[in-house]
Order: sequence, then structure tokens, then C-alpha cells
Amino acid sequence: MTRAVHDRGGWPTDAPIDRREHDLADWELLMDALENALEARGVMNTDEMRRGIESMPLQEYESVSYYERWLFTTETILEEKGVLLPGELDERVSS
Amino acid sequence: MTFAAGDDVVVSSREHTGHHRTPGYLKGRRGTALRAHDAFRNPETRAYGSDGLPKERLYLVSFALPGGDRVLADIFEHWLETAA
Repeated sequence: MTRAVHDRGGWPTDAPIDRREHDLADWELLMDALENALEARGVMNTDEMRRGIESMPLQEYESVSYYERWLFTTETILEEKGVLLPGELDERVSS
Repeated sequence: MTFAAGDDVVVSSREHTGHHRTPGYLKGRRGTALRAHDAFRNPETRAYGSDGLPKERLYLVSFALPGGDRVLADIFEHWLETAA
């Protein structure tokens, strides 16, 4: 049975569960707010957002944090819908 | 197929490459339908820009574990089969 990167329940591991609390960075709060605003305006929905996360290459999925995955999917879905041009975010950030 | 509370069910183990909400560790597992929550827009089509209609019924299903514990999971009706 093929399992996507996110479908991890029951994977054997000896690693302990990290139960430490941590504060959210400002950009993480903004990421959450942006996502909710996009959904409230009907630009993208939760299922599209999840599908975008599940499309991440395994190595990338494993190496980034929770809200970095949100950023990945938001950029992916917004490019797919033509709201953003491919590379537009990177260009704006670097200019 | 509509299920009633107490019906024995098996989660389908069919291949499905697109977005779906059925966890791999439950595919092929036998459980018991406890109740139907309601019907919801189908995430498998909604994830690709459709309205997700028609709605699909979502069940609370119980899976027995060794030692008397159980796993409770929400599974859509189209992923459930009648247990033989």
C-alpha cells in the first residue's frame, strides 16, 4: 500500500515523543492568520491546503517545521490558482 | 451502503494516490461502526477545487487493540465495507 508523506500513524520508531511546549514566532502567527483569511474569503480551502502539504517531497517534509509546511502549501496552491506568479514571492522577498 | 450502530466493518485497502483522509494504519482493519456523525463535503474532490458535493456520510469507528484498548477514528462511508 502506498502511503503519502503525511500518513505516518503506526510507523515503527524508538524515538521519544517531544512534548516540550514552545512559543510561536511572529511569522507563525501571521501564517495562521493568512491561511484563515484566505479560507474565509474562499480563495482556498482546508482540503486544498492539506493536499498541498501532502505533495511535499519526503526530504523537505521531514526537514521543515509545522508552519513552514503551511507556507509551502499556501504558495503552492496560490500559484496553482494564478493568484501568485511562479517565483513571485521569492522575487519580492529578495528585492 | 449505510451502516448502523454496532455493524462490523472493514476499512478498504484499495490504492488511492490522491488526497484522502483515511489513515494507512487502519486500511484493511476490522472495526465496529459506533455512529454516523453527519454527512460532509468530500475532501477527496474538494482538495482539487470542486465543491465536494455530494456529501459523504462520516462514521465514528472503533478498532479493538490487544489489551482492551481501542482506537476511535472518523472514516467516510465510501471507505467502509461490510465485514465478512
